[in-house]
Amino acid sequence: MSAVLRVQGLAKRYGELLALSDVSFDVSTGEMVAIVGPNGAGKTTLLSIIAGIQQPTSGEVSTGPGEVGWAPQQSALYSKLSVAENLELFARLERVQDPRAAVDRMLEQTGLRERERERVGRLSGGNRQRVNVALGLIADPPVLALDEPSASLDPGQRERLWEFIGRLAAGGTTVLFSTHNIGEVQRHAGRMLLLGDGRLLFDGIPASLPGAEPGGDLEQAVVAFLREHEAEGTG
Amino acid sequence: MRSLLRKDLLILGRSRLLLALLVIYPIAIALLIGFAISRSPSKPRVAIVDETPPGQTVRVGSQRVSVSQYAQEIFKQVDAVPVGSREEAIEQIKSGQVLAAVVIPANIAARISSDVSQGNLEVLYNGDALEQSLVQSSLESALAQANLGFSEQIQQAAAKAIQSLLTGGNLGSLGAPADLIGLREIPASLTSIIARTPAGAERTELERINTFATFAAENLAVSRTVLSTISQPIHVTSRLLHGRRTPLNTFAVVVAVSISLMFVCVLQAAGGLALEREENTLSRLLRGLVSREGLLAEKGLLAAACSFVLAFAMLAGVGAFVTLDWSRVGLWVIALAFGALAFGALGVAIGALAREVRAATLLAFLLSLPLALLALVPAGAVSGAFLGVINVISFVFPFKACLQALDCAVNSAAPPLPGSLAHLAGLTILFGLLARAGLSRAE
Repeated sequence: MSAVLRVQGLAKRYGELLALSDVSFDVSTGEMVAIVGPNGAGKTTLLSIIAGIQQPTSGEVSTGPGEVGWAPQQSALYSKLSVAENLELFARLERVQDPRAAVDRMLEQTGLRERERERVGRLSGGNRQRVNVALGLIADPPVLALDEPSASLDPGQRERLWEFIGRLAAGGTTVLFSTHNIGEVQRHAGRMLLLGDGRLLFDGIPASLPGAEPGGDLEQAVVAFLREHEAEGTG
Repeated sequence: MRSLLRKDLLILGRSRLLLALLVIYPIAIALLIGFAISRSPSKPRVAIVDETPPGQTVRVGSQRVSVSQYAQEIFKQVDAVPVGSREEAIEQIKSGQVLAAVVIPANIAARISSDVSQGNLEVLYNGDALEQSLVQSSLESALAQANLGFSEQIQQAAAKAIQSLLTGGNLGSLGAPADLIGLREIPASLTSIIARTPAGAERTELERINTFATFAAENLAVSRTVLSTISQPIHVTSRLLHGRRTPLNTFAVVVAVSISLMFVCVLQAAGGLALEREENTLSRLLRGLVSREGLLAEKGLLAAACSFVLAFAMLAGVGAFVTLDWSRVGLWVIALAFGALAFGALGVAIGALAREVRAATLLAFLLSLPLALLALVPAGAVSGAFLGVINVISFVFPFKACLQALDCAVNSAAPPLPGSLAHLAGLTILFGLLARAGLSRAE
């Protein structure tokens, strides 16, 4: 399968702090890739560089910003505009050929048709996040980058969001998402990138992580793997 | 840019409080300023307690000046409210019906006529430091005018008395003999008598008296001119070195419009940009959808356009109360437009530094208020070093340049308009660059 996204030798430095160091990987069309790691591992930095929010200190990303849809952890929406107005605004800013048609498509995909005239500020957290993701998808990008998309949602809202994202991936959209929830990785991701201290420590299907047993607790395996690497680093 | 502008107008339209403020603010301020300027009393309202008995006079030589004329002079200078007693005057001051009271004591005529003491007035007033200062300066000016008027009457009476001494006749004072000889006639009469008097001690004595009479007549003749010089020793002629004199009421209009333009524009531009960060949409916009320069220009221009409309409405509204030269409306528009652009640039620079709307609003307010106050500090009111600091601050922020541009456009005041406009254009570029740098640093 051809790579829709290629990341090569990516590094990001904030003054003295090295947030990312020599991160390289390829992602194919329709893949669901989870980016996992402890706080400060560089997950958001990696996704925001892929989405074109930040520039890397060195290395390169094969896609342009217009080819990657972006949904930040905290929803980036105008709370005084309605769902449809938010979608139409970004459709126009993304220079989508037929903004109205794109809005209709996203309202159908996100199941927000009934709430299209409702102001975003009055929506529930789950619906806000669906609009947030929909804005990332408005220009129909081949790659969607989601930063902790389910972090502030209740279990029901989380489930509906993953159904929606799953349909996207099934439709051929490549999805990269960061998360602290290893259960979500097990259930939804076909591949896991494990970051620690800005370095890519593991890249593969979740079940192939060293220490992970079939049907076993992946979270424990991730924690053990990170401890081992930490010990190697200090040793 | 058009989509962003449409979005911001939609958001502005849905921020009812802000929209109401933008509509009501210019109308309210224009009405307030208009009423304040057109209805403000030109004379302070003062209670007058005249304790002098009716018909009391001050004697000047053979002439008499009625003390009631002094009260009349005071009445001319203030918005006088005659009251019957000191206690009543104090009540009126306390209730705020009058600013102050002047008590003309019963013995004022006696004191002026005594030749050894001045007449004393009692001035009563109340209020805080500002009111005290206003009352004191208003009353001092009014009483000085009244004193001048009264002293002119005394001077005229004195001049009339001197004239009577010089020309003789009936002096008009009680007990004075009728048909007195005038001092001017004495030398001629004496010279005639001396010519008929044989030489000797008697003639010598007459010649000495004649010399005195001639000297006295000559000097008394010039004393009338001297008296008028004493009553007003120095006459002041004022001349403005450059430009034309700005009437205080139209300058007040220019100050009010400039302050409103600044507050609305800076607050809206700063708040508009900070809102993008507060809603987390800034990073979404700046990932290639909108350039940083485009975003700053859109926010600055929208704020400038809104504040321009507001300021122009204010100016036009105040024009209903104060006479403004509408033939200069083209210059008003230019001055307001340049001022609005400079304030818009300052606003986006503040917005680029702040992380949320509340912080941006607070910062914009804290910066704008002292700028307006500093720009209005008169040159002679502070020390040279502090004035230098004020001038530097006023130079690097747009308020003073905008005030000068608008004052020139509305009142034809100095400095000339092109200089102020160039200054504002320079500041627009400077703050635009600062905003651009601030936006990059924040991201």
